[in-house]
Amino acid sequence: MTPLLDRKLVFVTGKGGTGKTTVASALALLVASQGKKVLICEMDGKGELSGYYEAPPTAFKEKEVQPGLFAMTMDTEASLREYLRLQLHVPVIGRIGPVAKAFDFLATAAPGVKEIITVGKICWEVRGGNWDMVVVDAPATGHIVGQLAAPQAVNGLVRVGLIRTQTDWMLEMLSDPAITGLLAVCTPEEMPVTETIELAGRIREETTVELAGVVVNRVLPELFGRQEEQVFDALTTPALLAELDDLVDGDAGPVLDAARLAVTMRRTRSTHLERLRSGIDPDVPLLYLPYLFTKSHGLRTTRQVAESLGEEMGL
Amino acid sequence: MAARARPSEAPAAATPSLDSLLATKEIVVACGPGGVGKTTTAAASALMAAVTHGSKVLVLTVDPAKRLANALGLDGIGNTEHRVPDAAFKAAGVTPRGELWAAMLDTKESWDSLIRQHAPDEQTRDEILANPLYQNIAGRFVQSHDYIAMERLYEIHSAGKYDLIVVDTPPTRNALDFLDAPERLADFFSSRLLRWLIVPYRSKLINVATKPFYQISDRILGTEFMGDISEFFILFQTMYDGFVERSKAVGRLLSDRRTTFVVVSTLEATPLREAEFFAEQLTERKLHLGAIVLNKVMPDYLQGRAGTRVAEAMKDRAERLAEQLAPRLGAGDPALGDPAQIARVLTEVADGYLNFQVVALREMEERASLSVAPEVLATVPFFDTDIYDLAGLLRLGEQIWR
Repeated sequence: MTPLLDRKLVFVTGKGGTGKTTVASALALLVASQGKKVLICEMDGKGELSGYYEAPPTAFKEKEVQPGLFAMTMDTEASLREYLRLQLHVPVIGRIGPVAKAFDFLATAAPGVKEIITVGKICWEVRGGNWDMVVVDAPATGHIVGQLAAPQAVNGLVRVGLIRTQTDWMLEMLSDPAITGLLAVCTPEEMPVTETIELAGRIREETTVELAGVVVNRVLPELFGRQEEQVFDALTTPALLAELDDLVDGDAGPVLDAARLAVTMRRTRSTHLERLRSGIDPDVPLLYLPYLFTKSHGLRTTRQVAESLGEEMGL
Repeated sequence: MAARARPSEAPAAATPSLDSLLATKEIVVACGPGGVGKTTTAAASALMAAVTHGSKVLVLTVDPAKRLANALGLDGIGNTEHRVPDAAFKAAGVTPRGELWAAMLDTKESWDSLIRQHAPDEQTRDEILANPLYQNIAGRFVQSHDYIAMERLYEIHSAGKYDLIVVDTPPTRNALDFLDAPERLADFFSSRLLRWLIVPYRSKLINVATKPFYQISDRILGTEFMGDISEFFILFQTMYDGFVERSKAVGRLLSDRRTTFVVVSTLEATPLREAEFFAEQLTERKLHLGAIVLNKVMPDYLQGRAGTRVAEAMKDRAERLAEQLAPRLGAGDPALGDPAQIARVLTEVADGYLNFQVVALREMEERASLSVAPEVLATVPFFDTDIYDLAGLLRLGEQIWR
């Protein structure tokens, strides 16, 4: 399998709340830190991406947010205008009315066309050869399949026309595992793991894109070895707890409770990790990122995640 | 002493709760960002209503991923409504006063049934169902989820089979679309665009106003595909009145006083901002914001400053403490009496507390900054194990219910 960092186009997806944007922004930062030129694109236009780099808000036109790292936000209408101008040579200026209507029409009446326009913009950027890698902060797991399957679907519907020509070369690019890969982000919890395994199946069956890796985010550290855990268990017995209370001159109960919580969480999560490993094709690498106990999110956190990601990839 | 969670401050009896809120409603729409436990919260609320109110409750999930079945311990619940079996309740150790039903939204099946219902005759019905464009709208693409979810809710509600319907929704941005969907569909049907599309093809290029539109569309999509589109909408137009009428009724149902919205979030910054945004949108649309459920909140004991002092003492004086504790620890099992090992454990324990405290304090700040005021604000503590059966769901339900 082509290593993730050798690919030109990486879609990052994941169940909501698993840290999809965190991982996408960290991956882009990691690649840029190797002296490569990277474009990161936020697909759903929530405007959150810039926060991960502590940069001004991003727009459709890419902006450099870190040395060698450019960020953009997908805008379907702007993307359509660019498509009409560059590829169809339709003059857009001064004819906003008909184009806006055509846009409405495309988005509402012809399913998949909106996806073709947005994913098409991404593929266009890759094809232009300006970037060493394009990272896409893609829609959540429930929606990514529809987006990546759109070129085939439209191909099945439309037999001629310019959009057909478009889907042909897009399909070729998306289907080439040396160029394109999907990175799924999940956490070691029940639902995210179940959904990731389902996603892997649907990606294989319904799209031509290859699953290039799974990032397991928020993995808790192992607090104790086996014998250390016995020491911990002994400490929580009433007599020893009372002695500890006296020694520290306070209530040590809550402190031990927190450790108990951490131990139980880690144990519950490890069963999900095993389920994930056995549910995903053994060729697909699993990359583990630690749980970060940080005050807030920002460039510092993104850097920390990028470093962990680099370590996992053996950099 | 650190500030306590707000709900525990007020006397329980006087405070409106999810219990009292749901007792007066017929439809509860659970919404919020992804990954906060929305589906589980919806299922737990429905379960509690079935158990305590003695009503007949349906939980309807519209999320594309099939998660509800997992949480309810049901395999493959489909578009049709299934009753959660007595055996599942028995295993959880409860005897419900009412009934709990569950259903998943199958987009394709729901669209098909909608077409069957609104098509003027059999031939039109069959032509629509066989149209390639229709099959794609119904089956493959996410946008059609929005409308059909509300449509299905309306259908189930008007059938009058349930006392309470709890609907789970796709994550926030989509949930907003899903509120707008009925109106958007009505707009689309009454738009000039649709009239353009269903004009007989030959006369299209003659009209001066519409010519640029057709030129662009034809160039992008090809004449043949445009023909398919025209045909589809000519057929679809026969259902115009029924659809517009229906989508208006759906809109009315959502703003009805029997309907309430429950926004679910965690206390992490990103989801919470999204949840606030959603709550504001609901208020703006004059929809009823019944409750905010704050899920997966770190336990209260992490907030105390006394705990911080103890943890720091344990860390700073780990070696000395280890030596003092070693005799008693080693008394039972000599292997546990190694001071170096005890010191490591004490340090790990203290670090664990201080780490989780960072998260707990961040959450407390987030809660204090919450800018919206629902009738009910429920807080659910972090569960250290997963919810995979009715018993687990019940445990969660009891937390949000009070």
